[in-house]
Amino acid sequence: MTMATWLARVIVTPKPVVNDPQGLTVAQGLRTLGFAEVAGVRVGKYIEIQVSAEHKREARERVDEMCRKLLANHVIEDYRFEVEETEQPAHAEVRSG
Amino acid sequence: MRFGVVVFPGTWSDRDCGWVIDQVLGADLRYLWHKDRDLQGSDCVILPGGFSHGDYLRTGAIARFSPVMEPVAEFAARGGLVWGICNGFQILCEAGLLPGALIRNDTLQFRCEWTHLVCERTDTAFTSLVERRQVLRIPISHGEGNYFADPPTLSRLEQHGQVVFRYADERGFVVPAANPNGSVHNIAGIVNERGNVLGMMPHPERAAEVSVGSADGLFLFRSVIDSALKVLTA
Repeated sequence: MTMATWLARVIVTPKPVVNDPQGLTVAQGLRTLGFAEVAGVRVGKYIEIQVSAEHKREARERVDEMCRKLLANHVIEDYRFEVEETEQPAHAEVRSG
Repeated sequence: MRFGVVVFPGTWSDRDCGWVIDQVLGADLRYLWHKDRDLQGSDCVILPGGFSHGDYLRTGAIARFSPVMEPVAEFAARGGLVWGICNGFQILCEAGLLPGALIRNDTLQFRCEWTHLVCERTDTAFTSLVERRQVLRIPISHGEGNYFADPPTLSRLEQHGQVVFRYADERGFVVPAANPNGSVHNIAGIVNERGNVLGMMPHPERAAEVSVGSADGLFLFRSVIDSALKVLTA
């Protein structure tokens, strides 16, 4: 069994029905700066995860479970992600316990 | 009658709750570390305010997986009294013990100020000594207290009378100007259907002595004691 390292890029966004005061404020700021064309802004989160898995499908399933259990709150947020193979973990773990 | 006050890393209102329970009311107090799985015979478990686990990812998102939350959920399922205040309310929502979620205040400000709450349920263990429509002066202190629930959830909450507290003006009128954070329907606190799990953003433990500006929070603590004693002596 060969384990590969996969990089998941997870994007979490507020659901369309949820008011996003941060997005509204950023939109206002952009318009104040002269970007009159700004029609709307939503602010979410971007999360990178390195996962060890044999196959891409397995990595995707695990990341999907992580999103459902922790990374996104289904009451207020939607998520999407992409997974690609990567050389090695991009960042060292500096914390323990 | 024993209160258990849960302490997560980053909790900051545990000692305020402890002071009221122990020093102001002379009730039995145990602090419960978040890694403990033993509620030490508590009759009411309080999840206090603060920034558990730094509020990383989302408020309450990591705390809900702390070991103590397992017995807390079992205790709640048996009808035990669980009371989430501020961050504790956020944790209860993340844990699914209460519906909805708390998002960023619509003003984007951290609001630390006095609010007035109108009490709409006086038949819960937390509000049994409060008069119906009584106005309580209790402060808030939060950046993410903007209660959100999708329309079906919200109408279920209202139909079942699960809204216990709403932000109101001094006379008890629920008006938009009294809403400090954008919460839907001015919601400041809700209970589960059974009425034994309460979540509220305002801090009753910071309004428990006249010298700090209000003692209205004592109505809630005394209600819990009164209700628990009735159960214990029944």
